Amino acid sequence: MYAVRRWSVRHARGLEIFYQGFERAMVALHPLWKAIGYQRLEKPVAVVEKAVKGLLFDCQMCGQCALSSTGMSCAMNCPKTIRNGPCGGVRANGHCEVKPEMRCVWVEAFEGSQRMQAGREAIKVVQFAVDVRLKGSSSWLRVAREKGQPAKQEATA
Amino acid sequence: MRFDDEPVPGYPLPILPGHTSPGRLERVLRGGGFAITAELEPPDSADPSEVYRRAKVFDGYVDAINATDGSGANCHMSSLAVCALLTRVGYAPVMQISCRDKNRIAIQGDILGGAAMGVCNMLCLSGDGVQSGDHPQAKPVFDLDCMSLLEIGRDMRDERRFQSGRKVSFAPRVFFGAAANPFGQPFDWRAQRLAKKVAAGAQFIQTQYCYDVPRLRTFMKEVEDLGLLDKVFILVGVGPMRSAKVAEWMRSNVPGVHIPDAVIKRMAGAEKPAAEGRKICTEIVQEVKEMKGVAGVHIMAYRQEDSVPEIVTNSGVLQGRVPWYPGRDGAAPEVAHIPPPVLAAV
Repeated sequence: MYAVRRWSVRHARGLEIFYQGFERAMVALHPLWKAIGYQRLEKPVAVVEKAVKGLLFDCQMCGQCALSSTGMSCAMNCPKTIRNGPCGGVRANGHCEVKPEMRCVWVEAFEGSQRMQAGREAIKVVQFAVDVRLKGSSSWLRVAREKGQPAKQEATA
Repeated sequence: MRFDDEPVPGYPLPILPGHTSPGRLERVLRGGGFAITAELEPPDSADPSEVYRRAKVFDGYVDAINATDGSGANCHMSSLAVCALLTRVGYAPVMQISCRDKNRIAIQGDILGGAAMGVCNMLCLSGDGVQSGDHPQAKPVFDLDCMSLLEIGRDMRDERRFQSGRKVSFAPRVFFGAAANPFGQPFDWRAQRLAKKVAAGAQFIQTQYCYDVPRLRTFMKEVEDLGLLDKVFILVGVGPMRSAKVAEWMRSNVPGVHIPDAVIKRMAGAEKPAAEGRKICTEIVQEVKEMKGVAGVHIMAYRQEDSVPEIVTNSGVLQGRVPWYPGRDGAAPEVAHIPPPVLAAV
């Protein structure tokens, strides 16, 4: 929802702190997720993730969440799905070229990033093009698996 | 300027040390010349002579010709085809690549194809939204954005690989560019975004129309503070307005165009608005030439392409230099191998 999405950007710092804790917990629980099986978890977790992030960010479930790098403004709501915005067409009032009634998601992203700590720098890094195969999958589980894996290898080494 | 190693028209120049392309535009820029590029409006036609006719207007005044890629989301002859026609007779085109209409498979193919046809400059753009053009019912692709396109192009050239990792046996020797809009919101973010484009591989920049020189000056100062001036060549976009009415229309209907009230007022008060428009454009060219970090201008004289020679001459920025054109150094090259258009149905 548009109003909630804008609320999230205004509270980007709080959401950043919350997510950092949440991510740590998800990564720490990697052995548990592995025991249950990531495959089996994918569907129910994706449903929950979609519900939560859909409400807060109008999340489009691209599967490669970059909210921490985009000021808590979801880049996939850009009509051009630009991952490194804003484009040159932003209106003088900061609204979108394609959807004049909507504020540019990248104008929002920049404002949000200025409220964040890590996000303030992260927005300066070039984001790569999305992998469309991951659409609909859980970013939370992907992060848990990717960040949990090397930590576990180190532990067993 | 005549290069010592001037090739047969249509053939590539030798690539100098530190250069990435065998092209004239990179030569002029790295040689410290004030470069001039101009935008060619691609024809709504399959007649190749139409492309040559439109290019000829610029002969002796521009270093490279931009071939737009469905600009404003309107359908025209493709930029790759316009470029392929232009390189046949030795012109230096800038092939614009928009992410709106093609996915990464098609775009990477075009980068190879363009380079194979002798295109040395490519401008990586996200593209205008389909809603602004003549086919608003079309599917917008946007598989990549301008930054990921730059990265992919650079990797094809420098790492000799596609995005998939598969090898490219002969790298496209391309000078990659990108667009910038210092006149669009949010102002605070524009220089930073330019830094991202440079990090992604942009070697030159062509900006949106500049009618607000003080705003450009602020932007250039920020670009300098970010340490970008020796990493990228910035060509400032300029163009003549035909009348106050057109200017007003552009400002409210063309995405990203910013024209200050004072400029519109000056146009409205002019006796001969079109001449005044060319005068304003000429003044802006002269003013930006003196600005630190500005390496040239990009003239977008939409539907008044024939005003480009006047603007370039009156601004005096070429300082006697004559950019290459077919026939400059003697006989014009053979174009006989270009088949005439089919005029009648078979």
